[in-house]
Amino acid sequence: MTGRDAGRLSLILLMTPFALWIGLLILLPQIGIGYVSLREKVGFNQYEYGFANYAAFFGEPIYRNTLLRTAWISILVTILALIIGFPVAYYIAKVARQRSRAALFLMCLIPLWVSDLVRAYGWIVLLRETGVISTTLVSLGVIAQPVEMLYNDITVVMGLVYTVILFMIVPLVSTLQGMDDALLEAGYNLGGSRFTVFRRIVVPYAMPGIVSGCIITFMLAAGSYLTPILLGGKNSSWFTEQIYNQFITRYNWEAGATFGVLLLGFTSFVVWAGLRLTGQSLATTVAKE
Amino acid sequence: MYDLSCASITKKFGMFTAVSDVSLDIPSGSFFSILGPSGCGKTTLMRMIAGFESPTSGDIRIKGQSVVNVAPNKRAVKMVFQHLALFPMMNVGENIAYGLRCRGDAKADIPRKVARVLERVGLPGVENKQISQLSGGQKQRIAIARCMVLEPDVLLLDEPLGALDLKLREHMKIELKQLQHQFETTFLYITHDQSEALVMSDAVAVMNAGRFEQIGSPRELYDAPVSGFVAGFVGDSNCLHGKLVEVRGQEAVVELDGGGTVLGHVFDASRAGDAVEVFLRPEALAIGSGSDSIRLDGTVDSLLFNGASSRILVRTERGQLIEIADPLAASTVSQGDAVALSWRPERARIFARRHA
Repeated sequence: MTGRDAGRLSLILLMTPFALWIGLLILLPQIGIGYVSLREKVGFNQYEYGFANYAAFFGEPIYRNTLLRTAWISILVTILALIIGFPVAYYIAKVARQRSRAALFLMCLIPLWVSDLVRAYGWIVLLRETGVISTTLVSLGVIAQPVEMLYNDITVVMGLVYTVILFMIVPLVSTLQGMDDALLEAGYNLGGSRFTVFRRIVVPYAMPGIVSGCIITFMLAAGSYLTPILLGGKNSSWFTEQIYNQFITRYNWEAGATFGVLLLGFTSFVVWAGLRLTGQSLATTVAKE
Repeated sequence: MYDLSCASITKKFGMFTAVSDVSLDIPSGSFFSILGPSGCGKTTLMRMIAGFESPTSGDIRIKGQSVVNVAPNKRAVKMVFQHLALFPMMNVGENIAYGLRCRGDAKADIPRKVARVLERVGLPGVENKQISQLSGGQKQRIAIARCMVLEPDVLLLDEPLGALDLKLREHMKIELKQLQHQFETTFLYITHDQSEALVMSDAVAVMNAGRFEQIGSPRELYDAPVSGFVAGFVGDSNCLHGKLVEVRGQEAVVELDGGGTVLGHVFDASRAGDAVEVFLRPEALAIGSGSDSIRLDGTVDSLLFNGASSRILVRTERGQLIEIADPLAASTVSQGDAVALSWRPERARIFARRHA
């Protein structure tokens, strides 16, 4: 019996930090946010409960459109990260030699050593009207006037892809590394073209990595704040900015909490819909033989 | 017409020559094996035939057509990989249908062809099983079915039995031979296990350090090896080191390292004075003294019982252990007995010493 007790004790000890983390930092704040979102201030310390905040959200097109826009751009960022990240991951996992593999992987990690903020300012230094690219082009005579390259959607998408792509590459590399090269050779040997082998062997094999990479990058993109604000400025219309405005600028915690709940709900819905559309499930991210 | 022929194939990786001037011709419908230790170049040779490597020089012909410039997915050569390489994300039926779909077979024909090949390998109705649900032997058969459904000219098998346990391996040897008969397709089998090669093959090529040492039927390799390497690698042999002192026609006298002389037959160009090795098969040795030069004295070290392959282990006066076959396990000697071993001189094969 003592052995079983010891086993139970070690399980409790192992699970405690996890349970505390989930409970105190995820569940409790979410419950709090959910509670606040249902509250409406009618007078000094007087509250009523109901869905008035949600009604206000749906009644105001700018809020709806901002949320939809955020979701669309995040989906676009996810797709671009997948398209750019897959060849990189494939090269690192399958083409590069053993020794250069670690170095390449490290090079992908290096940007993470610098904070988001500094990296965003890096883009600003490059892209602003008086920035490196603009002045270089002017001095080369390619353009006559300095050009402002910040504060548009392309810059926001580019900056987001750059920020999140690593989280696409890492899961892809680890799934692709598990793939035996003999599978590819068998694919060719049995008559498959390069495209067939890619579509019917490489992609299905990498699917757990693709699914988990896409979920992470989408969630990171949709929930990011710094990059869209700094690179997109006032034009970015990012939903997290709306939440920030409600909480901090307007001191309207009720509306801010409502937006927070809606962001979580909507992004979760997008992930669910994405899994359904591609015929995958969350289980594929872990189930592997 | 040969199903597969290779003419003076050489493959170099930088300074290293993996395969050196190898030629072979495999007649239609035969079971041909390439036998050699790991690193001898047999896998490189097979990968060249499959098209994953291209030869530095030489030509590969399938049914008389050169395929050196044909892409691997266009060759009528299919391969069973060492670890089988069944696609884990597809079920059995999809694995087998993969090749048919790549070839562009009519959709309606595919299920029928899949069902028929599964029947032929003795696993009817397993189309919807996942690969992970199959046993080792079943996976083996699915890997073969996946290739055979495409009716290749040549089937390459790269040590596919290596991952199986001993009992299953013995069973699969016989089954592979039967499958080959049934499909009447040319099999090219690569292995480092001489018993696999001997049991299954019509012809065997023994490969060492990138070259073929000998090509012949299993019996020829066993009974008439042409080099010390083949004699030592194919079948069990006791090997005595010594120096050739006298050659009379084929018969020769060898002075063993550490003293004593033995009589045997020279099978290569060794001359008096050369360092040689004398190979004695366990079944060529008998207990009981012969004449002077065809005897070795020693004491029984141990009796190794293994049914029909039982052995007596004798330690010679110079401390070397010699195996003697005792197929009936009926010998009356016991541990510690002093014994003399004898043989017929033509069964002691003398070859130039290999450079270790």
